[in-house]
Parts: sequence; C-alpha cells; structure tokens
Amino acid sequence: MIRLLDVRKGFNLGKPNAFVAVSGITLTLEANRVTVLKGPSGSGKTTLLSLVGCMARPTSGRITLTGRFPGFNGSAGEPDLREIEVTSLPERFLTKVRQRTFGFVFQQFNLIGGLTVLENIMLPAIPLGERHDVTRERALALLDLFGLGGRADARVEWLSGGEAQRSAIARALINDPPVVIADEPTAHLDSKLSLEFMDIIALLKDRGKTAIIASHDPLVSEAGMVDRVVAMRDGLIDGEPA
Amino acid sequence: MTRWIESQRNILDYTLSSLLRRKGKNASLLFVYTLVVFILASAMFFLQGMKREAALLLRETPEIVVQGMLQGRYDPIPDTHLEKIRSIRGVLSAETRLWGYYYDPVAGANYTLLVPRDRTITGDAIVIGNGLSRVRQVFPGDILSFRGRDGTNRPFVVEGTFPAESELVSADLILVSAEGFRSLFGLPPSRATDIVVTVRNPREVRTVARKIAEMLPEARPILRDEIARTYDSVFDWRGGIVLVLLSMSLLAFAILAWDKASGLSAEERREIGILKAIGWETSDVIAAKVYEGWFVSFFAFTLGLLIAYWHVFFTSAALFAPALKGWSVLYPDFRITPFVDPYQVAVLFFLTVVPYTAATVVPSWRAAIVDPDAVMRT
Repeated sequence: MIRLLDVRKGFNLGKPNAFVAVSGITLTLEANRVTVLKGPSGSGKTTLLSLVGCMARPTSGRITLTGRFPGFNGSAGEPDLREIEVTSLPERFLTKVRQRTFGFVFQQFNLIGGLTVLENIMLPAIPLGERHDVTRERALALLDLFGLGGRADARVEWLSGGEAQRSAIARALINDPPVVIADEPTAHLDSKLSLEFMDIIALLKDRGKTAIIASHDPLVSEAGMVDRVVAMRDGLIDGEPA
Repeated sequence: MTRWIESQRNILDYTLSSLLRRKGKNASLLFVYTLVVFILASAMFFLQGMKREAALLLRETPEIVVQGMLQGRYDPIPDTHLEKIRSIRGVLSAETRLWGYYYDPVAGANYTLLVPRDRTITGDAIVIGNGLSRVRQVFPGDILSFRGRDGTNRPFVVEGTFPAESELVSADLILVSAEGFRSLFGLPPSRATDIVVTVRNPREVRTVARKIAEMLPEARPILRDEIARTYDSVFDWRGGIVLVLLSMSLLAFAILAWDKASGLSAEERREIGILKAIGWETSDVIAAKVYEGWFVSFFAFTLGLLIAYWHVFFTSAALFAPALKGWSVLYPDFRITPFVDPYQVAVLFFLTVVPYTAATVVPSWRAAIVDPDAVMRT
C-alpha cells in the first residue's frame, strides 16, 4: 500500500520560471490493484508517478510505503511487512527501496541501444550483486513469458514496437518488484499493441502485482482490469469517476 | 561483501560491453592515447638509456688525461713526459695510451681504434665492436683492411667481437696491437696519443693536474670531472630537446583529457539517465565510468610502453636518433642496452592514467547526479 499525504512538488522555486506540478494530493493506492492516473498533458500525472516511485522527493508532504524491505529490519532472512516513510530517507536508501519495490515502464521505452534484449532486461539487477547466471535465468523466463524467447540475443534496435514494449515491461519486472509504474505506456502504440499491453497488465495483476499507470488514453482507463481511475487537473485530483 | 564483489563484477561486465558498443570512438581514443604514451615513454627510455651508457663510459675514464698541445690544438705527446709525471708526489701511476679515429668510407662511419692496456693483442689481430661487425658484415676469422697513412692497404685479422654490455662504448671500437696502430697511423715510437694518470688521493687530483701543467707547459691535463661536465652539458642539451618533446606530448594529452572531461555525448548522457531511472545509484554509474577509464587507460599505457620499449631498445630509437644521437661513435648502428627505471614508469603512470581516469569520472559524475526522474521528464 502506498499513501500520500498532502504531497506537493514544485520546480525552480524562487526563480522566475517556478511552477508547481503537484499542489497537495492526498491519496491511498491499494496493493494488487490497477490504478490509472488520467488527465490532460501538464496535469501532474508524470510528476506524481515519479514521487510515488521514489524517483523524486516532494517539496512538502509525506509518502509512506507498506512492504517488505530487505536491509531495513536489521536482521537476515525474509523481512517483515512494515510501513516506512520514504520522503525522509537518504538517497542511498531511497534507491534501495526503489530497486526492490518498483519496476518502471517509460513512455519512450528507454532501452539502451547497442545492447541485446537480454542485456537490457538484466540492467536493473546489475547493482544488486546477484549472481549473473541467476539473473540471466530469471530474464530468460520473463522473455518466454512475453513471447520474446527467440529474441534474447537480438539488439534492441532491431525490435518491432510491440517487442520493444514487451522488453521494457520485462526489464521492469526483472527484480520482481511488487509495484509496476508505467508512464504513458501506450503513447507510441497502435490500438492492437495498446490492448496487448493492457493484457499484460491483467496478467501481472493476476500474479499479485500492483500497477500504477499514467495515461490519457481511453483504451487504458476504460480497460476491464483497471480498478480505479484517478483524474487529475492542474496538479490536483479532479474527483474519482464511478 | 560477496554481494558487493558480485555487483562490481556485473558492473565491470557491463563496462566491457559498453566499450565494445562504442568500438569506433574507443579505438580512436585508444590510438591517440597509446601514441602519446609511446612518445613520452620513448623519450624517457631513450634519455635514460643514453645517460646510463654515458655513466658506464665515465666509470672507465681515468682521473687525469694529459694531452700534448701544438698551436693550441691537440698533438701526440712525447713518451719522455712519462717519467716526469711519475716523479710528481701523489701520482700512483702514469701510462701512455694509443688511440685514434679512422673514417671508413665504405661504411661512412668513424671507428675508434684503441691499443688496450689490459689485454694483449699482437701483430695483425683486431677485436671489433658489434656495430662495426654489423655494418661491415665481418666476423671472427675475416680480414678487414684499412688504408694507412702512407696510402697502402693494411690488412687486419678479426680475432673477436665485444659482448654487448654497453654498445655506446664498444659499437665502433677496434682493439688493435701497438705496432698495428703505429704502422696504420704512422705514429713514431717515441710518441703516444696521450698519458693517463691515476692519483693516490682523489682530493689531490687538482693539485697534481696543476703541477703537471706547470711542469709541462706544452701539455694539457684534463680531469674526469671536466669530461663529466661536458657529457652532462651534451646530455642536458639533448635533454632539452626531449623536454620539448615531452611538453608537446603532455599538451596533446591534456587536450585529449580535456576533451573527455568537457562533456559526454548526448547518447552517453541519456544512457546514464536511464541507468539512474531503472535503479542504479550515482556510485554505480561512477564505478562503471571509473572502470571504463581505467580499462582504456591501462590498456593504452601498457601498449604505449611496450611499443616504446621496442622502439628504443630494438630499433635504436629510429624516430629520435637523427636529432638526438651524437656523432662519431654513433655512426655505426648502435643499440642502447635495455634498462627500465620503475620510478620513471610510475611517474609516467601518474601523469597519464590518473588524470585521464579523473577526467573520465568528472563529467560522468555530473551526469549521474541528475534526479532519476529526469528521463521521465524529457
């Protein structure tokens, strides 16, 4: 579960070009649910996503996560379920939380050119210090899951739009995070691929994952597996449609 | 700890694959870097080698050499001076020497002919230096003829060649018997090339030299210190040229490092942004860049050093030789005895590898401290 309490985020504060992207949002996002943040461009969706995903800190307000966080309970073995406030964590710990809790799918996919599909998928696991062959096994299993088994050694430049998108999702899942965050994932996809993406989200939900998607695409917000749509405008929640 | 080692291994793996991804860029970087190290290391090896050869040469030089003078220039010395010099208090020994130069038009080289004092050579026998042996393709048992002062050819039998301890000393050297020397150069038996004097107490060398100068006004005593000074100034001059070479190479290196330091390509910056966004820490990105810098640097350094070693000690510094070597003894193709000073190699290492690595890290650090969400906002 992720809780936001009166969260604000401003950029370039105190300068002539200052602007506030998120102006005081209080929101609770339940685990194992698919939530869509909907709204026009500039409504603050992406900023809210980056705050939820521990990529940026709010200017004010608090964000808490409930989960199992390795290295935070001081003892070896499986950590207990606990709630931590991430807004006050130092960068190193915040990164650790992010590595283990969130998988990110970006609008542009952001795969690294020149590397193979398999190498791209394994990238988020590199700093975790896991054995290479263990990560590789997991990456290959994910590729099989998304029908990319035969493309493991292909360079990402050679992939079709759909393959690139599935590779990006596989990369987001390599560290087995409980939460998947996607920012406008269907912006560059046609309807067929957009529906395919939502099918994958349904699959992840079935596997117990939480998904938070920022999108203004009706194909996303009106999909059957979406549990909740949060409408945003001018950095505020506009009201929750029924 | 195991996790940390494993993560560093993974980062290193990623670094190597990154280097291979940018083959063209890294190959050209490696080429320039290797070239700079090669020039620096060649200059260093060369200068060091020459100084060492000179030191070996001076070790054998007598404390005082007395030359005859005529009209202010060198003249063979009468052997009657020998007894006069020996009578000076403090002189341990005084011996005449026979040595001279011979210009060989066949090889276009000057040879040094010397009658050894510590070795007996008789009749027509000669012992030759390696350089001469190479140039003239003569080996023990062959006959080598020189044109004498009277215009006739004087044949000598090669008895042996020198071991290559120091080619600067022996490359063009020919050891010859006293009668062979005198007949070739037409030097009368009562004259010698010069007289070498050893002194019992090294602190009295100057006093003895002054007494010789007073006793034999037509002779000139030369001290080892003076020879050392001459060598020093010769090497300092050459050192000056090397210094110019070094400064230019360092400047080239500074430009290379500055170019690297002044920024990353848009592609590299984007890649760092992605890595941060998918969960890499700033320190992970910096570690990857340090490994990258180290790898390029270390590879170029080693390669440059090895090529320089080969250049200086196996091709006799073919690129520098025309400007830096002396005359006479060096006309035959002489090779510097291989010698590497670990201290200087370490200095070169700290002048190249360390600043280059730092130059690689700074822009990466600047790119890596961006917020991880930067990728989402662009």
